[in-house]
Amino acid sequence: MSTAAPPHRGRRRGRNQRLPAPALFLALIAIAFFALPFIGLLWRAPWSTTWRVLGDDAVRTALWLSIKCSLWATGFAIAFGVPLAWLLAQVEFPGRSAVRALCTLSMVLPPVVGGVALFFSFGRRGLFGQYLDRWFDFRLPFTTWGVIVAQTFVSMPFLVITVEAALRQLDHRYEDAARTLGGSRWYVFRRVTLPTIRPALIAGAVLAWARALGEFGATITFAGNFPGTTQTMPLAIYLALESNPDEALILSLVLIAVSFAVLVGLRDRWLRGATGPAA
Amino acid sequence: MTLDAAIGAQLGGLELDVELTVRPGELLAILGPNGAGKSTVLRAIAGLLPIDAGRIAVDDVVLDDPARDVFVSPDRRPIGMVFQDYLLFSHLTALENVAFGLRARGTSRAAARARAGEWLERVGLSSHAGHKPRQLSGGQAQRVALARALATEPRVLLFDEPLGALDVGTRSGTRRDLRRHLETFDGMRILVTHDPVDVYALADRVAILDAGKVVQIGSIAEVTAHPRSRYVAELVGTNLVVGNIVDGVLLSSTGAHVVIADALPGPAFAVIRPQAISLQRGPTVDTSARNVWAGTVGDIDRLGDRVRVGIDGRLPITAEITASALESLDLHPGDEVFASAKATDIESYPS
Repeated sequence: MSTAAPPHRGRRRGRNQRLPAPALFLALIAIAFFALPFIGLLWRAPWSTTWRVLGDDAVRTALWLSIKCSLWATGFAIAFGVPLAWLLAQVEFPGRSAVRALCTLSMVLPPVVGGVALFFSFGRRGLFGQYLDRWFDFRLPFTTWGVIVAQTFVSMPFLVITVEAALRQLDHRYEDAARTLGGSRWYVFRRVTLPTIRPALIAGAVLAWARALGEFGATITFAGNFPGTTQTMPLAIYLALESNPDEALILSLVLIAVSFAVLVGLRDRWLRGATGPAA
Repeated sequence: MTLDAAIGAQLGGLELDVELTVRPGELLAILGPNGAGKSTVLRAIAGLLPIDAGRIAVDDVVLDDPARDVFVSPDRRPIGMVFQDYLLFSHLTALENVAFGLRARGTSRAAARARAGEWLERVGLSSHAGHKPRQLSGGQAQRVALARALATEPRVLLFDEPLGALDVGTRSGTRRDLRRHLETFDGMRILVTHDPVDVYALADRVAILDAGKVVQIGSIAEVTAHPRSRYVAELVGTNLVVGNIVDGVLLSSTGAHVVIADALPGPAFAVIRPQAISLQRGPTVDTSARNVWAGTVGDIDRLGDRVRVGIDGRLPITAEITASALESLDLHPGDEVFASAKATDIESYPS
């Protein structure tokens, strides 16, 4: 496992440098494709009004709400998604692939469709929502909890598929060894399984968080667009685009800066190890 | 105060039916070809695989008895296991690996680390306490795995091919170390291996497992002197003939006659040492050898000055002759040859 590493190191470095010219050309086009929109955005940004917009209470409220809701959604995605991934990866039961498809459906659905589905299920007059309302006096639509539910709905699949892949690759003999040493199932899960899949867990959580932060369609359909309670950054940007495009531009840059900082900060440390078992 | 295991289990195409008893201080080796079910026996005893039938008990405490619906989970069994690839936890240091079992059983962090430190010292790895498994050599990793298994003070210690992951150069040194550390353990031990050298060096008794069944069990001297399976005969490098003895002549299952001195009638095994066989180009007329078998030369393996010549015929047999004898006979694969052996050189025992 580790003893074979040194002789390969030099060769691997050499291989890195020798990307065939056509592939390099296409890769550069891909980079340009991702970079150019941001350059365009930066080019058009009304820098002179930046501070005035950022100082605006409404903007800060939207940014704070975005961060708060996306972190809650990530927390729920981890709390429920890890056990779900475990179930899908380890337990064989009839209809498993159907359940897996169901649980990742919101990833491929247009978010608006997800929002509509949530509305008719958990809305005040929805199939289940009416009981929440009647029995607990609890309403999801047009509340901050509604935002969190919508974000969790669309972001959890990213965590589930990442963690499930890692659990599938897991060498279960390590868990066996831990069991013979006296570890209960729960102890072994915490002390052996979780540390082993940690890179994948973090990668999945980051993906889920990024998806939640950018959530728009399901949120506006299910939770509405009320400043302070449900108006997250993407919604604020969309609204500003109609009334004040300069503000929309600056808000977009803020969202990009936050996302970019997180991705860069975590990427090198965690995302790289996401596909393989922990070294 | 013993380990008693009667294991019946169905696993894939393998039907396991094994009965073993190990006494305190004893090391039983389970030897057998790949796929014989050796590791499965260990997994059943450790509780990683519930058995379908039978009963497993340590010191008269029943751990698994499907008929009475008893199953003790692996973390509650007084059993430690050393795995083939050691399976050290890569995110923990050597010390934390050894402390793992104590922590899992509720020992405080400080006490567990102190005890783990003692165990590492015992296997001579105090200076590696802070190392991660990837920084350890194969032999060191094996000692950490041993210390980790011993730290919980089990009554039974199971070894699954403990030397299998090492290269030949470090294997014998590690085997010596293992033997030294094992001498201080007074519990019951089972070692699974496919290397007879491990059996000679470490075991008190050996069980030969083939296709899920114990075909022979006994002291190493007994098993090697009187093999009861072709697998063991090949391991110890001798010829085994299976058949039925009538009037001092064994009729083999392949239809050959083997004349044996002082043979008891009935179904029997006969052992013919390769060194006791001589080869001739033509049929011998006047000889004291009571047995002459015709055949053709098969594989020829050179082992230094000695040569092992496989002979295909009604009695497939291997002869060991000198390299110079091979040269003067000028034998090549496919040549016709006659093998002879004295009746007094052949030993038989009831099957």
